[in-house]
Amino acid sequence: MKVLAAMSGGVDSAVAAARAVDAGWEVTGVHLALAREPATLRAGARGCCSVEDAHDARRCADVLGIPFYVWDFAARFQADVIEDFVAEYAAGHTPNPCLRCNEKIKFSGLLDRALALGFDAVVTGHHARLTDGRLSRSVDPAKDQSYVLAVLRPDQLAHAVFPLGHSTKKQVRAEAALRGLSVADKPDSHDICFIADGDTQGFLARHLGERPGEIVDASGAVLGSHSGAFGFTVGQRRGLNIRTSTTTGEPRYVLSIRPSSNTVVVGTARDLEVGLIRCQRSVWISARPAGAFDCLVQMRAHGMVCGARITHDDDGELTAVLAVPQRGVAAGQALVMYEGDVVIGSATITATQAWPTSFGGSSDGVAEAVPAGPAQPVKQRYP
Amino acid sequence: MLEEVIAAMAAAMTEVGNASSLHTSGRRARRVVEESRERLAAALGARPSEVIFTGGGTESDNLAVKGIYLARRAADPRRRRILVSAVEHHAVLDSAHWLRTHEGAAPELLPVDARGVLEVGTLAEAIETDPSSVALISVMWANNEVGTVQPVAELARVAHRYGIPLHSDAVQAVGTLPVSFAESGVDAMTVTAHKLGGPYGVGALLLKRDVACVPLLHGGGQERDVRSGTLDTPGVLGLALAAELAVSRRAETASRLTRLRDKLIEGVLRQVPDATVNGDRINRLPGNAHLSFPGCEGDSLLMLLDARGIECSTGSACSAGVAQASHVLLAMGADEDRARGSLRFSLGHTSTEADVAAVLEAIGSVTERARRAGLATPTSAPGSNTLAFGSTSMAGRL
Repeated sequence: MKVLAAMSGGVDSAVAAARAVDAGWEVTGVHLALAREPATLRAGARGCCSVEDAHDARRCADVLGIPFYVWDFAARFQADVIEDFVAEYAAGHTPNPCLRCNEKIKFSGLLDRALALGFDAVVTGHHARLTDGRLSRSVDPAKDQSYVLAVLRPDQLAHAVFPLGHSTKKQVRAEAALRGLSVADKPDSHDICFIADGDTQGFLARHLGERPGEIVDASGAVLGSHSGAFGFTVGQRRGLNIRTSTTTGEPRYVLSIRPSSNTVVVGTARDLEVGLIRCQRSVWISARPAGAFDCLVQMRAHGMVCGARITHDDDGELTAVLAVPQRGVAAGQALVMYEGDVVIGSATITATQAWPTSFGGSSDGVAEAVPAGPAQPVKQRYP
Repeated sequence: MLEEVIAAMAAAMTEVGNASSLHTSGRRARRVVEESRERLAAALGARPSEVIFTGGGTESDNLAVKGIYLARRAADPRRRRILVSAVEHHAVLDSAHWLRTHEGAAPELLPVDARGVLEVGTLAEAIETDPSSVALISVMWANNEVGTVQPVAELARVAHRYGIPLHSDAVQAVGTLPVSFAESGVDAMTVTAHKLGGPYGVGALLLKRDVACVPLLHGGGQERDVRSGTLDTPGVLGLALAAELAVSRRAETASRLTRLRDKLIEGVLRQVPDATVNGDRINRLPGNAHLSFPGCEGDSLLMLLDARGIECSTGSACSAGVAQASHVLLAMGADEDRARGSLRFSLGHTSTEADVAAVLEAIGSVTERARRAGLATPTSAPGSNTLAFGSTSMAGRL
């Protein structure tokens, strides 16, 4: 088998490439240059794609004895990930750029080019298990990345190899040290790679400019002002600068963002609870179940998992009724469905509603899907 | 490296001695250095006192551009303009850019035609807008990417009409083109050993005796007080010997490489009819074949050829290993896609008929495959602004 190992310069992708070599495959290492003007040296745990990262990847390829190239995907990354990120925030959504990068860059741009150039698969250092088309969580729950891979279609996963899914991060680091890979103790990368200083609000303000607007409560009463609705995320508590307190003195949180009126809607923690989630663009990794079904759902990377009943249609629309109300569910994030540790599929969250009072005749049979009785995680009835 | 050079350098490495020392070993090393200076000067049509040994082409270019600019400006503060062709090596372009940022220089990029040639009239026109403000002109002898040879002697004549010194980076030219420092009339000329079959990390700046140059490296003043640092005696010997050999074999090398190169170019055009040749078809370096392959990514071509044991280049290599769209091709009027889909095949003293045959056997299927990959994944995303990409246009930078 001829495989292309995507090598970021980190420890995970280096060990993944090493295991591909051990498997007897013909391995070629490729580092994707994603930054238009890469920094010379890595600064802290944030950021990637510095010249130093490319150098680290090259040195690992040297140790493994595989050919190594740097491919320039900066223009595509700019268009498909960074501009999408900014546009999503401008639309009042909360995007996940890592997920978008997997969908559009690693398993689309890179994979398509690899296949066209005669490779059979792309190997990455993602922490997830992939066996016979079944994508499931890594054995290391703290490092599991199945959430950001759940947007991939079966035809993309058919040419993906994740050699690290059965190992913990600790094991991966130990193996890297044993193999003499210099990145064995390189710090994990955190946050968004293209926002090197970690200041997402500052990044968005630079790209979108100041757009002053109002902060209102659910009744429409104006409580304060903001300099750009894009700077807020559902569930956010800090940075609201509201002087008037609630009658009970409870803290206020961002409930939703209305891009059309540039308004940020706030309310109490209780108001934040979501019971029903509407989604679009569903992707099925396992066979799509025939009708409504129960499963576990996760609504953000490293977020909590809860039971839900799923109804879905042929147009990619999907509704999840949660067994337990959840906070901090934001439009733009992915809803990923699991059966145990196995990914069933995913969809993009477009709207949320409270549970259960606001269901009243909300349409399309959702009411019937509400689990009866007290809020308990639904039992596994899938498939 | 040439066998003879390796042997001579290996022998020199067994000798102890700092060429700056006064004792017997020092004098012996000094003699090697001075004989090397004389041999290099003789090979390049220069006087020994015009040879300043350096750490290579980049240092020589930096020294010439910065040093001559600073000296000329010190003599007359109105001299702020640096005229350089748009296709210069980054060692020249970035030196000029640095002078703009730190020393108040006003560099100007002189446009080239579609072949990459800086026409004499273009230089004359640029000078004539205000001759007294020009500190320095730098135009390479032959382009390292597309191989185009510049009319250096004519350009130097125009410069001298106004008393302006002209520097030329001749790194690519020595050993393949007839190069005489004295006959060309240029005031400063960059050469480097590793392009001649000599060692890496040693080169020279040929500098006329009457051209003032402010040093960049300060210390012992070993090289005419223009360049300090203990000389690498075996390296200097390697440079001189390699230059001597390259020049003595030049005519034969040039005709052999020209034949091979033309065979390569004609063969590629036969296999890939829509490929195009970049640079001047006649006035080009004998060992340079630079071609554009429509619809292909240079990255893909390079990888596929490399896997078949054929080594070529996309653009010019940079430290991150990313092939930036070449500023040379962009200056010649190529668009971004053509610049990204280009390859340079360099032929040298080890190249053979079999090497050319190997390229011709692979190039058809390789371009076909790379084209499919290019269609699958266009790198420049639809709607992306090509002007905002990469090194932008160098005109914007300087």
